[in-house]
Amino acid sequence: MCLGIPGKVVATYSENDVLMGKVDFGGVLQKVCLEYVPQVQAGEYVIVHVGFALNIVDEAEAQRVFDYLRQMDQLDELGAPPP
Amino acid sequence: MKYIAEYRQASLVERLVELIRAEATQSWTVMEVCGGQTHAIVRYGLDHLLPEGIELVHGPGCPVCVTPLETLDRAHAIAALPNVTFCSFGDMLRVPGSRTDLLQLKARGADVRIIYSPLDAVKLAAAQPDREVVLFAIGFETTAPTSALAIQLAQRGGLRNFSALVSHVLVPPAMTAILESPDNRVQGFLGPGHVCTVMGYTEYEAIAKRFQTPIVITGFEPVDLLEGLLCLVRQLESRRAEVENQYRRAVQREGNPRARQLVETVFEACDRAWRGVGTIPRSGLRLRESYAELDAERRFKVERMASSEPAVCISGSVLRGQRKPCECPAFGRECTPETPLGATMVSSEGACAAYYAYRREGQTTLGQAFRA
Repeated sequence: MCLGIPGKVVATYSENDVLMGKVDFGGVLQKVCLEYVPQVQAGEYVIVHVGFALNIVDEAEAQRVFDYLRQMDQLDELGAPPP
Repeated sequence: MKYIAEYRQASLVERLVELIRAEATQSWTVMEVCGGQTHAIVRYGLDHLLPEGIELVHGPGCPVCVTPLETLDRAHAIAALPNVTFCSFGDMLRVPGSRTDLLQLKARGADVRIIYSPLDAVKLAAAQPDREVVLFAIGFETTAPTSALAIQLAQRGGLRNFSALVSHVLVPPAMTAILESPDNRVQGFLGPGHVCTVMGYTEYEAIAKRFQTPIVITGFEPVDLLEGLLCLVRQLESRRAEVENQYRRAVQREGNPRARQLVETVFEACDRAWRGVGTIPRSGLRLRESYAELDAERRFKVERMASSEPAVCISGSVLRGQRKPCECPAFGRECTPETPLGATMVSSEGACAAYYAYRREGQTTLGQAFRA
């Protein structure tokens, strides 16, 4: 029920005074309400739940886990114990 | 798809499992709160990859499953009225009430519509002013702001034929109820990522402190779930009880202030019965008095009906994390997704439905495949 899918905002527009956007989910375009992320720019990713964007995806934070695991692998290669 | 595929890489899954294995020195019982997390764990067989002793207990975080029988019976009575267009999310259609479900009512001619977004119900109300359009507003804090905006737009637009049957529920009171229960086994929580996208996690800090129980706000993909679990095991092993945020790409500490504010404007907290669990104080949302004219419960006077659950169904214990679906004698026999006895077999996020889809005898999960 709390399903949230990341999609890329392609365009924003106003419909009956409600901020809406076209969001691309891997090639499928959907209309999404952007009222809760009014600062969003085209090209940014949002988490979408039942037709509403609930937040903008933080690109830097999204990379964090991969950086962390890479670091762990490098430590392993050096034969160092984990921190 | 970006932000999905990279969080499903098998090599990273294996690496995280190794790290968990290296950290865990004893048994720990951990609850994933959200039904979406349960679904992913069972689908990918993540629990089968974990070192022995790390047990994942499935939580009550499936709003479809915990919507009380009385509310379902009321919804069914309203949906059966000849002048009503009843709007519901698809998951709710097969959930059995005492007598029927929305799909059966639709088959008998009731105007039941599956909506993608609550805004669809507002559009329907505007398009057909001669019919009463009712939004079945269910879900956790994730969904509450979407209902709130629909309700506010309907009121602003003067749509007198729009109303909402509100049965939203809140996660923190349910976690508190689990921790207060005398037979509680849960030592740490994977917190509900998308609920916290809206609400942030300050409420969870108070729970972690009061019960000395660590909570890691966690996402929904395999890498998210295992990283969340790694953080949780590290806390448990070092006897810490803090709130950590694994799902930082989508969750900030204060959540989404705009969404929270509209929820606060439209709804207020109330006591709420959870199906299979019982009444939990201040665990629900209802419409504020200023929106009373849009309350379907008041608009459609429905007689109180005697509601009762099938005796054999153990969905209550499953929702409280006390038993697993396969311990039920009816599981996969009398009770299947086509003919469900309990709500946990209906929603794709219900633990019983997830076990039915991915874990019947003879089926191999990805987790088992990894181990082989």
